[in-house]
Amino acid sequence: MRFDTPATTNPIDQGKVVGQRIHRIDGPLKTTGRAVYAYEWHDPNTRYAYGYVVGSAIAKGRIGSMDVSAAKQAPGVIAVVTSDGIGELKKGKYNTAKLFGGTEIQHYHQAIAVVVAETFEEARAAAALVKVDYAEQKGVFDLAAAKDTAVTPKEGEPDSAAGDFDAAFETAAVKFDQSYTTPDQSHAMMEPHASIAAWNGDDLTVWTSSQMIDWWRTDLATTLGIDKEKVHIMSPFIGGGFGCKLFLRADAVLAALAAREAKRPVKVALPRPFLMNNTTHRPATIQRIRIGAERNGRITAIAHESWSGDLPGGGPEVAVQQTRLLYAGANRMTATRLATLDLPEGNAMRAPGEAPGMMALEIAIDEVAERLGLDPVEFRIVNDTQVDPENRERPFSHRNLVGCLRTGAERFGWQDRNKQPGTRREGNWLVGMGVASAFRNNLVLPSGARVRLDREGIVTVETDMTDIGTGSYTIIAQTAAEMLGVPVDKVAVSLGDSRFPVSSGSGGQFGGNCSTAGVYAACVKLREAVAQKLGFNSSDELTFAEGEVGAGDRRVPLAQAASDESLVVEDRIEFGDLDKTHQQSTFGAHFVEVGVDVATGETRIRRMLAVCGAGRILNPITARSQVIGAMTMGVGGALSEELVVDKERGFFVNHDLAAYEVPVHADIPHQEVIFLDETDPMSSPMKAKGIAELGLCGVAAAVANGIYNATGIRVREYPITLDKLINELPEVS
Amino acid sequence: MRAFSYERASTIEAAAKAAAGTDGAKFIAGGTNLLDLMKLEVETPTHLIDVNRLGLDRIEPAPEGGLRVGALVRNTDLAADERIRRDYAVLARALLAGASGQLRNRATTAGNLLQRTRCPYFYDTNQPCNKRQPGSGCAALGGFSRQLAVVGVSDACIASHPSDMAVAMRALDAVVETVRPDGTTRSIPIADLHRLPGDTPHVEHVLERGELITAVVLPKPVGGKHIYRKVRDRASYAFALVSIAAVVLPNGTGRVAVGGVAPKPWRDEAAERELPNGAKAVTAKLLANARPTEQNAFKVALVERALSAVLAEARG
Repeated sequence: MRFDTPATTNPIDQGKVVGQRIHRIDGPLKTTGRAVYAYEWHDPNTRYAYGYVVGSAIAKGRIGSMDVSAAKQAPGVIAVVTSDGIGELKKGKYNTAKLFGGTEIQHYHQAIAVVVAETFEEARAAAALVKVDYAEQKGVFDLAAAKDTAVTPKEGEPDSAAGDFDAAFETAAVKFDQSYTTPDQSHAMMEPHASIAAWNGDDLTVWTSSQMIDWWRTDLATTLGIDKEKVHIMSPFIGGGFGCKLFLRADAVLAALAAREAKRPVKVALPRPFLMNNTTHRPATIQRIRIGAERNGRITAIAHESWSGDLPGGGPEVAVQQTRLLYAGANRMTATRLATLDLPEGNAMRAPGEAPGMMALEIAIDEVAERLGLDPVEFRIVNDTQVDPENRERPFSHRNLVGCLRTGAERFGWQDRNKQPGTRREGNWLVGMGVASAFRNNLVLPSGARVRLDREGIVTVETDMTDIGTGSYTIIAQTAAEMLGVPVDKVAVSLGDSRFPVSSGSGGQFGGNCSTAGVYAACVKLREAVAQKLGFNSSDELTFAEGEVGAGDRRVPLAQAASDESLVVEDRIEFGDLDKTHQQSTFGAHFVEVGVDVATGETRIRRMLAVCGAGRILNPITARSQVIGAMTMGVGGALSEELVVDKERGFFVNHDLAAYEVPVHADIPHQEVIFLDETDPMSSPMKAKGIAELGLCGVAAAVANGIYNATGIRVREYPITLDKLINELPEVS
Repeated sequence: MRAFSYERASTIEAAAKAAAGTDGAKFIAGGTNLLDLMKLEVETPTHLIDVNRLGLDRIEPAPEGGLRVGALVRNTDLAADERIRRDYAVLARALLAGASGQLRNRATTAGNLLQRTRCPYFYDTNQPCNKRQPGSGCAALGGFSRQLAVVGVSDACIASHPSDMAVAMRALDAVVETVRPDGTTRSIPIADLHRLPGDTPHVEHVLERGELITAVVLPKPVGGKHIYRKVRDRASYAFALVSIAAVVLPNGTGRVAVGGVAPKPWRDEAAERELPNGAKAVTAKLLANARPTEQNAFKVALVERALSAVLAEARG
């Protein structure tokens, strides 16, 4: 099905199942421990071997020699596969850093060997016996120091402009020019990267933890130099990804190579420190924002420049993305620059671009509002735009940022905010409120699905879509149920298997809208097949409801269409240019109340509210869960999360969950989420858009603005830890 | 983790003797720190002596009027004990500020005292660390040191002691009771248990080979207001940037031990005498010899400010 004209009325609009508060259909499996995750696959008739990875001890250089003799002789060891022994491997399309093979070391904890043994403990012990001589080279690890060497990236749109920024900024009544920094961040999802690989002749099956089945399948085949058709990927349950499982990772490559060598299925999980230094991370940024405004609050000039770093061949963090679209202003420019760094690979983490971009932009907006003497909510509303400000012929498909801000302000009690920073005190707490807009683009990718109706009336959906904790199983079941007029419990959903039609996968908050649109397309086809089978005329206005198909006075049980054989159809949604003719984005507003301990500078969140305008909400329960999780991640980004770079040794030092501090329950006392009742017919037949990343974008800035409101201290370097506050807090002695 | 042999000791004397007689032997109690370190091969004992069944899990009145806390009393049980909560509240509060419920259920009194630093370089066997590998250097000095010690440090090591419990015990003048392999016992004031790093940061305490902690004795209750203030980046499950264990008497005198700033719980009786003169005066003396790095210099100001808040709370 090609989607190239705005959606009109369709069965999803009935809202009998889609949009309803339906608990996760996979919830009981997860809460009872019966959902099988990658490392847990266990066939009692299979003797699994266990692989343990050896990581590079240096950040840059070459492997001189590797001595694996002691490891090979250690108890239980079956095989040792080394990077220099295996030689160069081809790199997958989506990988920047090579995952394995050859002697070049590009970053700390790069995989250089996998030791395979009868037990996990034997493999781990033997891995420690691998001796490596390195020829170490000097690397570049400090973004601030490398900033001046940054270049214009070759891909994407590194520069954008409209009007004449320089002239307009020069003559603006109010001029603002500030810089901000965001640190490297880790996805820090609960389930580590893990794979089991099993060869059957030339056929390879990998049980893994992947957000994008087809990308992994393709890149694993490329890396191993085998035919993609020979690779079977299984990833039905995923314990979080946040972007760290978008692209093929070393565990799958190592498991495949180890299993070939050991001639047995091999399990490989990456140890927790490897999450930080072996895989990917959100790159640090340095951002400069300039805003010129009239005294009445209208922005006349806005510029956003961002610098980040990555390994050679990598890409920038596009932190300026939202600034091209979020606020009006006739004269504008953005620029993205990229330095070469020898740290581990920087890549997508939840809301790449907007998440760190909004961390900076939304503090800047707060600062300018204060300079203008305007309420920050009103300042944002004054500068709302219903068209792409770089191309005013191009409207937003649907945009209600103003509604989000106004609703949020009213519900949060924004009018009670102290107008003068640092003046509200409750016991030892300085209390303040902060606001930020939320913004994240809506992306559309083609997505396929197969649906089957059997004689029992059960509808089975098969797609290689993944559920990374987001609720894919449930919203896909709701979509099929709505389309075919059956209750959710008559729908079976199978995901995460490369034998199923290729879907959008999970990432960039595109998975919910796109994968359900693909299921919609397949269900439209199934409805046609059912109608034909049951002898309805193609001109009939058919209804699918309560397990029956009807037209006029005739009603037939749906299952009857499959009474002799199951009906199976497959289709996929493909998107035309509606995302070119219209700007598709999601909007929201974050409100946060913080307390800052007047003595110690500890910031604690008191309450949070997010208002989201993101098209049709397919399931308010799972959507809310996405948003509160994102808000929590935003608090981490605001207050504690930072991968600390050792600028001498070139690695992320705090590489475990004790030292990389994500929020714990005690940090998140109260969250509220409001969804505006809206649909976006430009986005897909589902009229839905992304929600999972919107919930993150702007949160950290709202916290930062709240801290300013509480203390009068403006911190522009994340995370906002107490050491950045205490020297400016009031005397306490 | 390297392979190791294991035995379960049935008597205190046998445990001490076995530990003294076996190269590379270590006691294991809760194992909440030791096992993590063994998995990383930071610790590589060849033999583990399980002391969990030695019956050292009781809290009893001490003859001199205090309490004798068995070495194997779990942190959860110690924090929940009515006598601890009533008479040594600073200790109960310190315990509850530490780790997580699951870890406290497992962690023991003696193990908590002997837990090792959380310096990230100590944990990463690819990096130099004089504590882990004497003579290899200290990566933390010029590296990531925000969490580490500012006082009592040396050019060889700036690791901080991570315990909350020990800080409160230091304020309470607890005494550590041990048994040596020859069967003799001794009492070590907690102030003397941990050593400063000097040029031997791998030697962290004064216990002899095979010497087993059997109990921690809390002297008679001293009354006063008991406050434990732990300052950290997140609200739970984080090591202290700075912590203050304070017992403040109605006349404004009292005791103060500080955590998160030194290789051991940091207390200075001369500094303490300044308590009636306020936090600034106490901190000036307590941290007079501080040698912070650029990254952890904030701890000096933080101690003063946190102590100031504690004293204000004590005045109530």
